[in-house]
Amino acid sequence: MNTLQNFSKGIIKENPVLVLVLGTCPTLATSTSISNALGMGLAATAVLLCSNIVISALRKVIPDKVRIPCYIVLIAGFVTMVQMLVKAFAPALDASLGIYLPLIVVNCIILGRAEMFANKNKVFDSAVDALGMGAGFTLALSLMALIREVFGNGTFFGLSIPVLADNHISILTMAPGGFFVFGLLIAAVNKFAPNKPKKKDFGCAGCPSAEICGKTSCGDKEAV
Amino acid sequence: MTKLIIILLSAVFINNYVLSRFLGICPFLGVSKKLDSATGMSLAVIFVMLMATAATYPIQVYLLTPNGLGYLQTIVFILVIAALVQLVEIVLKRYIPSLHKSLGVYLPLITTNCAVLGVTILNIDEGYTFLEAMVNSLGSGLGFFLAMVMFSGVRSVIEGADVPESFKGLPVTLVAAAITSLSFLGFGGVIENLFA
Repeated sequence: MNTLQNFSKGIIKENPVLVLVLGTCPTLATSTSISNALGMGLAATAVLLCSNIVISALRKVIPDKVRIPCYIVLIAGFVTMVQMLVKAFAPALDASLGIYLPLIVVNCIILGRAEMFANKNKVFDSAVDALGMGAGFTLALSLMALIREVFGNGTFFGLSIPVLADNHISILTMAPGGFFVFGLLIAAVNKFAPNKPKKKDFGCAGCPSAEICGKTSCGDKEAV
Repeated sequence: MTKLIIILLSAVFINNYVLSRFLGICPFLGVSKKLDSATGMSLAVIFVMLMATAATYPIQVYLLTPNGLGYLQTIVFILVIAALVQLVEIVLKRYIPSLHKSLGVYLPLITTNCAVLGVTILNIDEGYTFLEAMVNSLGSGLGFFLAMVMFSGVRSVIEGADVPESFKGLPVTLVAAAITSLSFLGFGGVIENLFA
């Protein structure tokens, strides 16, 4: 796989949000406005890039049995750094993302990429993979935020749009709108990208706990 | 006392973790297919939320804040939760095997559940006392339980429904979740006025 393919797979073919369905919590919660979505996307991309590079560099050092705790500690460290940077340089973003910023630690995309890609590939490839996945995450988030902000609030980046501002559907910016728009987007992906690999309705592939849980959570097997 | 009841009820209904705060969506979509697994998962979440709050609250208040180490919150909390979950699993396996059998499979999943880390961080952010923090955790857990059980009922109906090809699977589930979440919007303002 060449570098370009490696980068672009995160954006389209294996989009972490719309195709792999990972990291749903921040996607739903922070897509209320475009600036929030971009902020969240960039913060997660920064953490993903750092964690993929370090985990890939340490892949021969970290013992296989304790790899998940090791990854979590590394990721938590990077999240703390990003959190401090955002607090210092973008306090408004920190206030609007609130609890979702520290919760990047438990974002499945980051642990999932560490487990699926970074611990098997070279540092450079892992960095490219992280950038692609991060871009895919940011784009999907922004697309959702675009729909929710334009139709739900009648604004675009905070600027009001003439007709829509008077006729906005405010439910779209609230919790139910998040689920609804996300459902529609995934349906659109299913419709217009029919030749993507056939998947179960909820992906276990990228879930770091899949191995431990025996896929119970996905309804694949009965609880043992 | 009134304040505790308000905290409990608003955690269950108004600020429902799944349906209005979007925390713990993965298990909500993944485990809610069958009623028994939904119940098992939610009970494990309630249990771990209470344990995690009981463990992390004193650490933050007596160890991190007085020593100016507040920035270590994220790292310390996730490690404490992960260690706690492991410990609970070992203890249950040894002493209460029947409980381990019903909850055990869900325990490892909970380490990376954002609802648990979320509740511990929110308890600190909201400036609750220890008792209020425990009540809030209980309410959040019960809210998770309510959402899961309700939604597993909704899903069993969807299973048999005739939906357009591209909506099959996750999309129709999400649309149903939107409607379930809409019903919880109705609780807004009710609980404060109940005691006003």
